[in-house]
Amino acid sequence: MRQALSDALREEMLRDENVFIMGEEIGVWGGTYAVTRGFYDEFGERRVRDTPISEMAIGGAAAGAAMNGLRPVAEFMTINFAFVAFDAIINHAAKVHYMFNGNIKCPVVFRAPGGGGRQLGATHSHTPDVIFAHFPGLRVVSPATPYDAKGMLKSAIRSDDPVMFIEHATLYQERGEVPEEEYLVPLDKSDKKRDGSDVTIVTYAQGLPVSMEAADKLSKEGIEVEIIDLRSLQPLDLSLALESFKKTNKAVVVEEGHGTYGIGAEIVAQIQEHAFDYLDAPIKRVAQKQAPLPYARELEQSALINPDRVVAAVKEVL
Amino acid sequence: MATTKKKKAAPKTKKAASKELTAEEIRHADEREVGVGRAGDIPRENLMDWYRQMVLIRKFEQSCSEQYQLGKIGGFLHLYIGQEAIAVGSIAARGANDHVITAYRDHGHALAVGSETGPVMAELMGKVTGVSGGRGGSMHLCDVPRRFWGGYAVVGGHVPLGAGIALAEQYKGTDGAVLCYMGDGSTNIGYFHESLNLAKVWNLPVVWIVENNQYGMGTAVDRASATPEMVTKASGYDMEAHVVDGMSVCDVYWKTTDALKRVRAGEGPQFLEMITYRFEGHSMGDPLRYRSKEEVVKWRDDDPIGVIERRLIEQENCTQEELDAIDDQVEVEMAAAVKFADESPEPGLDTLYDHIFVEN
Repeated sequence: MRQALSDALREEMLRDENVFIMGEEIGVWGGTYAVTRGFYDEFGERRVRDTPISEMAIGGAAAGAAMNGLRPVAEFMTINFAFVAFDAIINHAAKVHYMFNGNIKCPVVFRAPGGGGRQLGATHSHTPDVIFAHFPGLRVVSPATPYDAKGMLKSAIRSDDPVMFIEHATLYQERGEVPEEEYLVPLDKSDKKRDGSDVTIVTYAQGLPVSMEAADKLSKEGIEVEIIDLRSLQPLDLSLALESFKKTNKAVVVEEGHGTYGIGAEIVAQIQEHAFDYLDAPIKRVAQKQAPLPYARELEQSALINPDRVVAAVKEVL
Repeated sequence: MATTKKKKAAPKTKKAASKELTAEEIRHADEREVGVGRAGDIPRENLMDWYRQMVLIRKFEQSCSEQYQLGKIGGFLHLYIGQEAIAVGSIAARGANDHVITAYRDHGHALAVGSETGPVMAELMGKVTGVSGGRGGSMHLCDVPRRFWGGYAVVGGHVPLGAGIALAEQYKGTDGAVLCYMGDGSTNIGYFHESLNLAKVWNLPVVWIVENNQYGMGTAVDRASATPEMVTKASGYDMEAHVVDGMSVCDVYWKTTDALKRVRAGEGPQFLEMITYRFEGHSMGDPLRYRSKEEVVKWRDDDPIGVIERRLIEQENCTQEELDAIDDQVEVEMAAAVKFADESPEPGLDTLYDHIFVEN
């Protein structure tokens, strides 16, 4: 997926002179996750802008440049540091279009790698996606496959809206088919990633490979799950999830973030609002346990989602 | 549209007037130097227009206060009375590609860029004809065609936006620069320091204008800032900084003109600390417990409109009748603005979800 993201950025920079990237260590260093390796030499420091460690200024200056006609892709080294820029993202980038009655556009992309499971301790391991998705005005997407990552990043850069583009760092290693020719993936459409008839799993990002592995295990026991990848959290497209649920009548929501007030809570609420008559069993949520992520490897893993927890949840709703 | 007038060809610049006053000297000046900052080089008609703009802002704000008391303006209302010379003098100095962005005390800047009084008043009353369609209110005026990017209500939040707007001009290779206004209080927030640092590192075309009105809400500058002299903060970012008499529209004009000239010469971001005073409270309903009546009286003697008025009469052979005629014309304009706002409809309830995203 790393290569897919890198290709998307490069293609968009070659296509549109107004696209540029900025962030900490994205230039000379090549990006802490190496997504922008080689960009500094290829595009130069005008378009590949190393910034000071100043998240408030990164968020705000990227938004300001976008307002005045550019298409910045601003990278937060990790999404945990985007907390520092929360006001710039939520109160400014996500509000100017509405607050000024459509007179100002803010076509900025904030890229932010995040997620747990890498023994980085409590402050470096957040999956806070839902917080960003809470507010109107900001598109929030988080792809799970290289194909989606490339197509959605290109769409994000071309979008006239501000986009929070969340990359789960574990997924950088994920491999998958990516076409040679140009393609785009819409920013507001979910996608069915596996067909099944017994239980619907609704998930996204790191939840997808976890759910796919669980699905393989379940399949060996004759249980076929259908997997819906949300891809976008704001706006939320539940059309495929509802369609699937009306077929299976049972659902499990899998997300890596904390379950409390999480994405699962929203989806469960919407399913009961829109498909109450189809409900055959309480919907289960599989999410990160409600504790800060610790450093110790096994202890950290015990707090995170994994295929076994998903398998157990699916069996509970059957 | 009575509030705009094309800026006259910039008068020739001479060497800056003798010694620059310090902030402290400006604060305690017994009498404003009416001709401070090479005023003699400014054509009379420009001075007359600046007088008109300042009176317009003053009367606009007084009218706002009345409309607020009548319950026609909601939310917070921050008046610009006392600070008029800053918006008028500095915006008069801007070039065709220069931008303006400010905080929540933004009515003066809107009027100084030429936004019409009717739509600005309508915005304050939450009407659909308002400059922000009734979605922004007093603190969120904007006029993008006039390159006014708005008022912003989170202290300091717009400061990096100003840097970004400047970055876009630099990136596109234009001669455009940004006038980014803020209050003294915003120099204490992280946004300020990160943005000044970034602007210097990237050599961005921006003039930071601190309107030091002596108080962040009710907290005096020296109770909130490690240094009461804002210019010393700029020196930490290796930025050229000047103190400006914010009560003298001429001083504001010249120092801004010079700063913009340095920006365009590639000398990087510039910093101006404009010493001023807000005659009214922070917002409506401010009990004013934090300052003495004597202090207010002293500053009222330095009323920026009085300063330019004296200059016009003493040095430009302007008659009281001429000035009164301007005042009367402004009164008529304000009455029309209030009427326009009063008679405008509120936004339809079916528009609640408009403009959340550009692409729906």
